[in-house]
Amino acid sequence: MLPNLSTKGRQIKMTRNSNISSKSEAETSTVAEALDQKGSNLLKNLKSAFAEFPEMVFSVSLGMVVLKSGPGKLQDVCELLKTGEQFLFNYLSCITVVDYEEQEEVFEVVYHLVSIDYHHKIAIKVSLPSSNPVVPSVLNIWKSADWFEREAHDLFGIQFDGRKNLAPLLLYEGFDGYPGRKSFPFHEYEEW
Amino acid sequence: MQVNQQVSEHSDAIDLMVNMGPQHPSTHGVFRLVIWVDGERIVRVEPHIGYLHRGSEKICESEQYNQIVTLFDRLDYVGNLNNELAFCLAVEKLTETIVPERAEYIRVILCELNRIASHMLFYGVYGLDAGATTPMLYGFRERERVQELFESVTGARMMHNYIRIGGVKEDVPEDFEKNVKKLLDDLKKGVDECDQLLSQNEMFLARTKGVGVISGEEALDYGVTGPSLRASGVIEDVRVTDPYSIYERFDFGIPVGSIGDCWDRYFVRVEEMRESIKIVEQALSQLPEGEISAKVRRIIRPPAGDVFVRTESPRGDLGVYIVSDGSDKPYRVKVRPPSFANLQALETMLKDTYIADAVLVLGSIDIIMGEVDR
Repeated sequence: MLPNLSTKGRQIKMTRNSNISSKSEAETSTVAEALDQKGSNLLKNLKSAFAEFPEMVFSVSLGMVVLKSGPGKLQDVCELLKTGEQFLFNYLSCITVVDYEEQEEVFEVVYHLVSIDYHHKIAIKVSLPSSNPVVPSVLNIWKSADWFEREAHDLFGIQFDGRKNLAPLLLYEGFDGYPGRKSFPFHEYEEW
Repeated sequence: MQVNQQVSEHSDAIDLMVNMGPQHPSTHGVFRLVIWVDGERIVRVEPHIGYLHRGSEKICESEQYNQIVTLFDRLDYVGNLNNELAFCLAVEKLTETIVPERAEYIRVILCELNRIASHMLFYGVYGLDAGATTPMLYGFRERERVQELFESVTGARMMHNYIRIGGVKEDVPEDFEKNVKKLLDDLKKGVDECDQLLSQNEMFLARTKGVGVISGEEALDYGVTGPSLRASGVIEDVRVTDPYSIYERFDFGIPVGSIGDCWDRYFVRVEEMRESIKIVEQALSQLPEGEISAKVRRIIRPPAGDVFVRTESPRGDLGVYIVSDGSDKPYRVKVRPPSFANLQALETMLKDTYIADAVLVLGSIDIIMGEVDR
């Protein structure tokens, strides 16, 4: 008998989800928090510059400063990071969407920024609910956001507020569903 | 070529819509470009990608870490080893694995040779784009030399699966050092020969000088990286500004262009080959004896967390973002392909150029559709 791929896939998914939820219980070891000189300087500057945004949470993960922001303030944060004299994040490297299936805030949009002048980098994480995943577009700040946002819209169904042309980029017109999401039937999917 | 007529929005003249691709010998893959022209001048372009979308990132989520290396081979299929390195570095950073010295040196030697091979391919096809057939023969001859060496080391010409998490697959053959030395001698002559053949050719200069200009600031805004960004005068090379592996031990220069036209983008790559040869020479003279792989488990289970690694692939800033949940398979893998972002700037580069130059401008950013569409 052939193994049933679809159930196998689902089982794997369930065990992995239980791992994700148990992350906070410190059962699994977590990654180190070392920062180099550039990183710690950046963190110090960030903390003083973002004193007026008390809801911003800073953390450090594997030598990278991580800033957790709400979707509402994202535009202000990005504007400050790009134009602020001590930051000058003039290069948006990448926009990633992560689908945490069973958490309350399902989608996490991660922006990776790099400063070409100071050579430091930062990740901004924005959590979104599954029912209405809307995040303001940063296209007016970095032009490189264009295709990354279209890709995120394509594969994960994230809506980007305040921009035009979210036409399919990687998929074809009329494709049904969001194949990047964990809930998308990966093994059962048949194109023809 | 299919031609449609459409009334222009901005002038009384009638614009022609010209469709180029997806099946076109000069698009370097399956890539479609819709061009609106006013006479012979390009008014607007619209790139269409996704013809090669295989869902690589999604496939990664159902494979074990060791198995994913082969998927990365197939993203940028001209710079395979550089792609493997990017993924392995990310997992090593996540698992805090220390790679043995010898493996690091072997990696750097092979990756830099891969960069030369990739640029040689660019050199050949770019000459062909400009209408010259001979550069293709010279470029492919040099690339063939590098691939012969790869074959003797990794057993494959393209899809190597040689760089593994924690080190490399196996030690290099006994005559490796001798072969690399001979290869470098040949390549030095080869690069000079290629340079003499095309760089100052009058017709080539006429076709590429001042065509497809993009300023450094604009290029950076679009996320352009690698040789295409350096051609616009921005000094940015991940190997130097955010060093990974053992690159800070080597002495090499970053070639930059002045105005960011097609010729600058071409010549930066020619100069880069010379710098890569310098790196390989230094690495080869320092190549230590010892282990070629750290002790890693057969099934790798990194701690929960996420990591973002930047590397310099032949095309630019190749980023890998991995989210781990502590299991044997990654929860999410995201590749930041350099060609994907570089292609966004095509619209600005092509604006107000002549339609005959479209192929040259597209060729000068050296795209690989395998990594654009993933």
